[in-house]
Amino acid sequence: MAVLVLAEHDQGVLAAATARVVAAVAALGPVDVLVVAADAAAISLEASRIAGVSKVLAASGLAHASSDALTNLLAGVAEGYTHIVAAAAAVGRDVIPRLAARLDLMPVTDIVAIHGPARFDRPIYAGNAIETVSSSQSRQLLTVRASAFRPAAGGGTAPIENIAMEASTRQAFVGEARTQSELPELSTAQIVVGGGVSFGSAEAFALVEALARTIGAAVGATRAAVDAGYAPNDWQVGQTGKIIAPDLYIAIGISGALQHLAGIQGAKKIIAINSDPDAPIMKIADIALIGDLFTVVPALTAELEKLGLKR
Amino acid sequence: MKILVAVKRVVDHNVRIRVRADGTGVETENVRMSMNPFCRHAVEAAVRLVEAGAATEVVVVSVGPRQANDVILTALAMGAHRGILLEAEGRVETLAVAKLLAAVVAEERPDLVLLGKQSVDDDSNHVGQMLAGLLDWPQATFASEIKVVGSTLEVTREVDFGRATVAVALPAIVTADLRLNEPRNAGLPMVMKARQKPLAIRPAGALGVDLTPRLMVEQVAPPAERATGRQVANVAELAQVLAAEIAELEAL
Repeated sequence: MAVLVLAEHDQGVLAAATARVVAAVAALGPVDVLVVAADAAAISLEASRIAGVSKVLAASGLAHASSDALTNLLAGVAEGYTHIVAAAAAVGRDVIPRLAARLDLMPVTDIVAIHGPARFDRPIYAGNAIETVSSSQSRQLLTVRASAFRPAAGGGTAPIENIAMEASTRQAFVGEARTQSELPELSTAQIVVGGGVSFGSAEAFALVEALARTIGAAVGATRAAVDAGYAPNDWQVGQTGKIIAPDLYIAIGISGALQHLAGIQGAKKIIAINSDPDAPIMKIADIALIGDLFTVVPALTAELEKLGLKR
Repeated sequence: MKILVAVKRVVDHNVRIRVRADGTGVETENVRMSMNPFCRHAVEAAVRLVEAGAATEVVVVSVGPRQANDVILTALAMGAHRGILLEAEGRVETLAVAKLLAAVVAEERPDLVLLGKQSVDDDSNHVGQMLAGLLDWPQATFASEIKVVGSTLEVTREVDFGRATVAVALPAIVTADLRLNEPRNAGLPMVMKARQKPLAIRPAGALGVDLTPRLMVEQVAPPAERATGRQVANVAELAQVLAAEIAELEAL
């Protein structure tokens, strides 16, 4: 049994999700990490330091994570592995099913618990049910919800092996629009502050960001807030956006629509601020404050600043 | 351009689902069913390409029980031209669905296949990518915008860092995200007209695809319930609670 993990990275930096995926699958066998990037050297060095990694495979020459080029590369190295695993994020979701069809395998995706080499839990119906599936296939293709697992430690010294890749793709890169933010990465942040559509404008939504900055949190938003243009699309948390599992989630002006709750079910503690005591979010919150967000949020930010909570 | 759109009949997304007490699955008897929301965006995108003069025909296909005719009729009412139901009872895995669709593509020879990015029942997010893999076509998943530029499509995708735009030559696979468009609600005249449009029903088993599931669903369980919380009286108290929580996290 041997496991290959496809590394998540962005702008030349290894994503925190990778160490979580490595920890999730470590019990399945020796773990190799594959880094595919324009220049994989620096990211591979970071990956080699994850505890429990046996070997890092570095493939340079692919600037954008094109599903067809990644599929070709993975299909070429698949032979040596019983498990091929990616984080359940945009790249993994794009590539693993394509690879699965190519290898005639049924993948298991969005895994939140691993019970054995071929037995997994995954949420269905927006997290309103958990399905336990087992596979009798000889090889497992998986995506794992990184936020459901604790990261592997650092301090590893795995060897790095360069491998050749055919980087040709039929998915030509045209351009990209990035959300600039110095706040922590949403999908793996310890603390997340989420805002809903009741903020009423992008300007007012800045109240969420100010609170987040004060406590070193990432910012999330509901689908309605993103649709209304108050927050960028990559901040969306829910069934169709990012699935998060922070230690602390602070939901402000969020009623708790099913599809949003699907994205926060893994949160260890939920604090809700809402003017409506009957909002669904208030029923699942560990701590709730009933109040008007336009007065509560600035007051809370000021109070926390007074307490010297700058992280 | 000829477009094939795949649609799925699922438990309506507004229904609060109930897990069967015996752990065999989610109750779907006597539950309101409708077209998967992401599929509606795919149908809408296809119909708009026809309205813009970029496409000439939209064929809708679904895999499922006889009642899945309903969602095909919905798509026909929205403006699709004809429908195909590949009738299958029970659980059909995404890989088998992709193989069935590949067989339909071989017959219909569309230039573009549009699908929803995932269905809200099993939340798999597989079929579009699998179909692209089987056909060896380029794919553009999680689309929030589609532009036709000559014989290529420029597709804006919703990804982890924001948006990325890719160009794919036809034939191609595109999967729809929710911000792609506002799907229309077809009026009664369109619903009546839809009933006159051709709808072929074929047994899924006749397409030469092995429909036997590869995975065994051992159990379906409701998620763990959250403990009841408490209310705080004012901002000062909330700030104290938050400060204590954060101090605890810092200590870890």
